[in-house]
Amino acid sequence: MLRIPCPWCGPRDETEFCYGGQAHVPYPADPSTVDDADWAGYLFFRDNPKGWFAERWMHRAGCQRWFNVVRHTVTYEISASYPPGTSRPDVA
Amino acid sequence: MRITVDGVQLAARPGDTLASALLRAGRRVLSQGIYTGRPRGLVSAGVEESNVFVQVLSGSGEPMVRATEIEAYDGLRVRTLAGKGLLPDEPDEARYDKTFAHTDVLVVGGGPAGLMAALAAGESGARVLLIDDQPRLGGRLLASRAIVDGLAVHDWVSSMRDRLQALPEVTVTSRTAVVGYYDHNYLVAVERRTDHLGSAAPATMARHRLWNIRAGQVVLATGAHERSIAFADNDRPGIMLAHSATAYAWRYGCRPGRRAVVFGAHDGALAAAVELADAGVEVAAVLDVRDVVGADFAAALARRGISVQTGATVSGTLADDDGVLRAVLTSAGETVAADLLAVSGGWNPAVELFSQSGGRTFWSEAAAGFVPDTAAQPTHCAGVLTGAVSLARVLSEGAGAGAEAARAAGLDVTEPATPSVEGELREEAAPAAYFCVDSAAEETVFVDLQRDATLHDIRRAVGAGLTSVEHIKRYTTIGTAADQGRGSGVLAVGVLAQLSGRSMAEIGTTTYRPPYTPISFALLAGRDRGRLADPERVTAIHDWHVEHGAVFEDVGQWKRPWFFPRPAESMDEAVRRECAAARTGVAMMDASTLGTIELQGADVGLLLDRLYTNVFSSLKIGSVRYGVMCGPDGMVIDDGTTARLAEDRWLMSTTTGNAAKILEWLEEWLQTEWPDLDVRCTSVTDQWSTVVLVGPRSRDTLEELAPELDCSVEGFPFMTVRQAAVAGIPARIMRVSFSGELAYEITVASWYALAVWEAVFAAGEITPYGTETMHVLRAEKGYPIVGQDTDGTVTPQDLGMGWIVSKKKPDFVGKRSFARADTSRSDRRQLVGVVPVDGRSRVAEGAQLVSHGAVLTQPPVAMHGHVTSSYHSVALGTPFALALLDAGASRHGEVLDAVDDGHATAVQVVSPVPYDPDGVRRDG
Repeated sequence: MLRIPCPWCGPRDETEFCYGGQAHVPYPADPSTVDDADWAGYLFFRDNPKGWFAERWMHRAGCQRWFNVVRHTVTYEISASYPPGTSRPDVA
Repeated sequence: MRITVDGVQLAARPGDTLASALLRAGRRVLSQGIYTGRPRGLVSAGVEESNVFVQVLSGSGEPMVRATEIEAYDGLRVRTLAGKGLLPDEPDEARYDKTFAHTDVLVVGGGPAGLMAALAAGESGARVLLIDDQPRLGGRLLASRAIVDGLAVHDWVSSMRDRLQALPEVTVTSRTAVVGYYDHNYLVAVERRTDHLGSAAPATMARHRLWNIRAGQVVLATGAHERSIAFADNDRPGIMLAHSATAYAWRYGCRPGRRAVVFGAHDGALAAAVELADAGVEVAAVLDVRDVVGADFAAALARRGISVQTGATVSGTLADDDGVLRAVLTSAGETVAADLLAVSGGWNPAVELFSQSGGRTFWSEAAAGFVPDTAAQPTHCAGVLTGAVSLARVLSEGAGAGAEAARAAGLDVTEPATPSVEGELREEAAPAAYFCVDSAAEETVFVDLQRDATLHDIRRAVGAGLTSVEHIKRYTTIGTAADQGRGSGVLAVGVLAQLSGRSMAEIGTTTYRPPYTPISFALLAGRDRGRLADPERVTAIHDWHVEHGAVFEDVGQWKRPWFFPRPAESMDEAVRRECAAARTGVAMMDASTLGTIELQGADVGLLLDRLYTNVFSSLKIGSVRYGVMCGPDGMVIDDGTTARLAEDRWLMSTTTGNAAKILEWLEEWLQTEWPDLDVRCTSVTDQWSTVVLVGPRSRDTLEELAPELDCSVEGFPFMTVRQAAVAGIPARIMRVSFSGELAYEITVASWYALAVWEAVFAAGEITPYGTETMHVLRAEKGYPIVGQDTDGTVTPQDLGMGWIVSKKKPDFVGKRSFARADTSRSDRRQLVGVVPVDGRSRVAEGAQLVSHGAVLTQPPVAMHGHVTSSYHSVALGTPFALALLDAGASRHGEVLDAVDDGHATAVQVVSPVPYDPDGVRRDG
């Protein structure tokens, strides 16, 4: 079970959180100008890297706030945790 | 102490396991091969045991346990098993608990390395948890005669225990097995608290306790399991792992045999021969597969008049009439009479937990075993686990690992001095990687005793072209029994290496998965059983429903009245009566479970415009609007009404089962995409309770209860909200309808819910109704239920609700997807009504719609759609169902078959709004 550092509450067990998939996939500013292929990409296609991955978590059983985590998909090591709206820290 | 085995009483001594008591009583045949039926006896003295399992009948009972792991107590009753256990019929009444531990350093294993590690870390001031699975600390020392720091091992272990207990931050837990090593140093252990106490077990104490441990650093000192050697007829009772035989002799004080042959491939086997000889067992022969053996050991044996036959193996065994070993056949052609054959092929370091943690192992030629390589987590390995053999080395490795772990946990460490060791023979000659004595009788060369799998099976697997050890495991089932391959895994790899000419390193091991030893579901459940398995939510009016005979339905965690049968009334009759009351008179329902979210802030209208398909920002204060919410993919995720109570104060209702999800949905957009919006969301589902008043005469009832309220059609129009006293209680009343009839939702603070409900009920001949009637009424109007009539693949247009999708708004979540090619198809599954052609048959929910007259016995049968809701409609006088049908909107009038469980019912496709399609009844 992962130990996830919530930026507001500190490190907690994974069971307190829910997963939100890949981070930094913003809702397009004007979807009507996005072509079908790009819209399908926004809806359905996500990265699946072997290595470091920025992903969203929400502290459901705690502060109920969303945040981002940089996690290694092989070792499960977590190198960063940061609020939404901020850019991915330059670690790992 | 008296114990009972298969109805026969035996004596046992304090400190005995069931296995040692059986052995002392001379019981040799204790099991049989699950497929071969061959007699089997004890092969080990511990967790490696793969033959003798019993069902415990006394105490809380247990279907299948190793005899070597049961502590004997007075009154213990067991039944021996041939292979499989039996689940008892009675419920398990024992108590099971969970506990959580956070520690700087967790030490797994209370043997010499673990004790030293715990001491080194503990003396630094670190918080240390030492976990050992045995009743007593000491590990393999318990069967050793070495002198440590000038003390006999038992005294040294006691002194170590005292030193550890004197450290305030050190906790020592015995009878506790670590069964899983998961991510981020999270480990799970099972503590057996009362099994060894028999009838003396305190009734208030939990039988087992599940430890959830989060450790900063982990020291693994899990030791090793002895490996056997496969040869012809190697499964007879009397053939035992060599160090288990010495453990029986020196730890339990029972002689494992009178006349022994020792067969091995490393100096440890010779050491075992010395121990057996000193315990009074006549050692008739010592066979070593190696050409060169340790001189110390050979000399020690020579002093006892025993010579070592080098380059020698066992070629077979002979049995007496009971199937018990009576003689050993050697490669030199001798027949040696013996009732004990002590075998030791080497040590398999217990890498299970290390591997579970993600660590890699490698084959060490020096240790002739798979040992830990790189750790994947903050893990430190010590002792026999690393391939260390001598006690002095094990002790110093333990101290080093404990110190290293404490240092990594941020503490200053002074490593304790390594204790001196006397009386230990030194390992001098390299072990041989030797696994199997080839034999023509390869169907008797057992590799996995519990699965009755042999050299023959592995040869067949190799012959079939299998090369991966994972494939061979699945083909032969070797390593899949309850011992999880402890006895057979590495042996099988060795046999495979011998057969295929590949190296051990090249083949590798199969994957180790938790749990290391079996764990019961009762323990995993703990106290979360029965009514405590999941919370039950009830409304403030619940007790009234119970008193009035409601039958309840589970909706999410809620208990909702399903229908209110009168005496001797069936469900259908009750629902018909309730529906008739709502359509012709006045009826009432408890709708307190509807999710309610209060939204406050200047930008609520903007948020709702972005999340609902229709416009909300234009909603006037005091008005209510119905809305549908979609995901970005355009699929419906929820619907409900939202009222505007003030300029910046709104109240949203959601589907009962969806309340938490929709609150999270709002929060997700607000937090991650639109943090600039001034909106705050709060769940107020529990704070408010709602009584729904339905029917053409509901206005009369409301006028009576709220005399100050103008209830006229003009004064209180549809889709508006009013504040007024109802039965003297401040209430919010909304004129909305989920039935098509004139209806009011009366909402009060939950404290007053029962008072208002009772006042409404007393106001006239009002029929209480439940969720079934609610469903019939809404289905007759074609109102879909999100999650029942939709399944995440349905757009508002598919539901015939294109009217609620704004064309004016530049964007809302879901809008862009309505222009996708797939979403624009005209042949999508669309909501329709279906009625039986015969006017009588109610079709099943979930029934498939196929062409009328389709031959069901000739697949494939094309599916056109499926039934989502089905009821008997009182208003129509026939059964009526909602369905999703390919291009359904253009197929009204068509006849199809609704198929359920092979039975077809002819149905006609109709409009999904069969009742009052023009909505003339909503004003009463």
